[in-house]
Amino acid sequence: MLDDFMVRATLAGIGVAFAAAPLGCFVVWRRMAYFGDATAHAAILGVALSLAFSMSIFVGTVVVALLMALTVNFLSRRGYAMDTLLGVLAHSALAFGLVAVSFLSGIRIDLMAYLFGDILAVSRGDLAVIWGGALLVAILICWRWSALLTATLNEDLAYASGINPKREQLALTIALAITVAVAIKVVGVLLIAAMLIIPSAAARPLSQTPEGMALIAGLIGALSASVGLRAAYVFDTPAGPSIVCVAAITFLVSSVLRGLRTAR
Amino acid sequence: MSLVKMRDVSVSYGGKIVLSHVSLRIAAGEIVTIVGPNGSGKTSLLRTIIGAVKPSQGHVDHAQGVKLGYVPQRLHIDETLPITVSRFLKLPCRLKHDAITQALTQAGVPELFDAQLSKLSGGQFQRVLLARALIGEPDLLLLDEATQGLDQRGSAAFYQQIEQVRQNTGCAVLMISHELHVVMSASDRVICLNGHVCCEGTPAVVASAPEYRALFGTGTGGALALYRHEHDHSHDNCDDSHDHQSTEAAE
Repeated sequence: MLDDFMVRATLAGIGVAFAAAPLGCFVVWRRMAYFGDATAHAAILGVALSLAFSMSIFVGTVVVALLMALTVNFLSRRGYAMDTLLGVLAHSALAFGLVAVSFLSGIRIDLMAYLFGDILAVSRGDLAVIWGGALLVAILICWRWSALLTATLNEDLAYASGINPKREQLALTIALAITVAVAIKVVGVLLIAAMLIIPSAAARPLSQTPEGMALIAGLIGALSASVGLRAAYVFDTPAGPSIVCVAAITFLVSSVLRGLRTAR
Repeated sequence: MSLVKMRDVSVSYGGKIVLSHVSLRIAAGEIVTIVGPNGSGKTSLLRTIIGAVKPSQGHVDHAQGVKLGYVPQRLHIDETLPITVSRFLKLPCRLKHDAITQALTQAGVPELFDAQLSKLSGGQFQRVLLARALIGEPDLLLLDEATQGLDQRGSAAFYQQIEQVRQNTGCAVLMISHELHVVMSASDRVICLNGHVCCEGTPAVVASAPEYRALFGTGTGGALALYRHEHDHSHDNCDDSHDHQSTEAAE
């Protein structure tokens, strides 16, 4: 059944959705949305470097995304305002990445595939990388879940319970870099942050517990991937953006539901 | 045998010294209160004890296997994070249903078991934080202005609860308080802090110490004394000379 490109694409989308869901919840709770964006934008530089040195794109993007996240963490402790810092770093990384790609004269690469994803061209190998990465992220987040949640609620409470919030932050950063690397093929660097944030934001009004919110976000993400792909096939629209559009519609629906509930 | 021992601890944030050469011990079962004007390093002192702040000099020693319970000054729960009180109390380790009910009862709010954390009032929230601090059966309970935002009745009830908890569990309590009448009636020992330890001892001793009077005025009966903060004073009984940072009190 993996011979069908639609089946492979759907499986890839679902894999990314499940990795992105719990991580996306933390991104929302910790107000790191632009941090996710910056990490994702840096990945295009990773793509250029991987192609230049003929490395695996997965490894290159993980490394550059991780470096980006660590740089942001480091500089934010040096007293730069977070939004300015992210604005500078995210867009410079994207610009440098695009310039770097233009130097790669020998190789013809489809830039659009990296900016907006190329989910319909997912191979069996890509699928293995995506599911492997997603599994790795899921294991990392599940393992650190309680400590991460405590550190997210309050750093001092974490310290008092013997948890080091900085170590938890690092775990989250690594998970984010891996997610970015596996999601490039599916939605592209410009829309990765959307896969992180929109399902989690849509899940918020429907959930009572943190675990519930992560689970519902996963389901919404998987639903968006399946429905978005089907819609892209039927209406002949670009696949990655179609997935994000469906996610945005679920967000709208859940927000309206919440509005109705509070009005009652 | 002391639970926590600070030896000659100094703490600075970005070159600004907030604590200098602080030494103190907390013994099992005693209630110690830290008083001092705003910006005198009270919160930094507690954060140093829980390990959130690394001292730039000196050591903080915890007795072997000592368990800390911490109630922070204020805690903002983001509206985007859905979490019930019982789930909050289960962090970071899983606990039995009974243990949670018991801790909530001890803190005086058993009815909040299923409530959403972001929907609680200030007083309810402080009690839930207390329950969370109590749940690990701590040897030392650290309270950072735990009654901030409570009215007088609420805070009196809160301190009664603390006294009750101490009687039941025998844990030591180290608290920061602005309410001098509470301090003077409920503490075994008072530490007067202003970047350094100005004076310490039983409430009666501290209340009559010139360093304390210099910081809080001569009246110790009411909380208002806190705001009658005189800046110029000499320490008659201290051999070190220093300036107290002036704090502008809002009257």
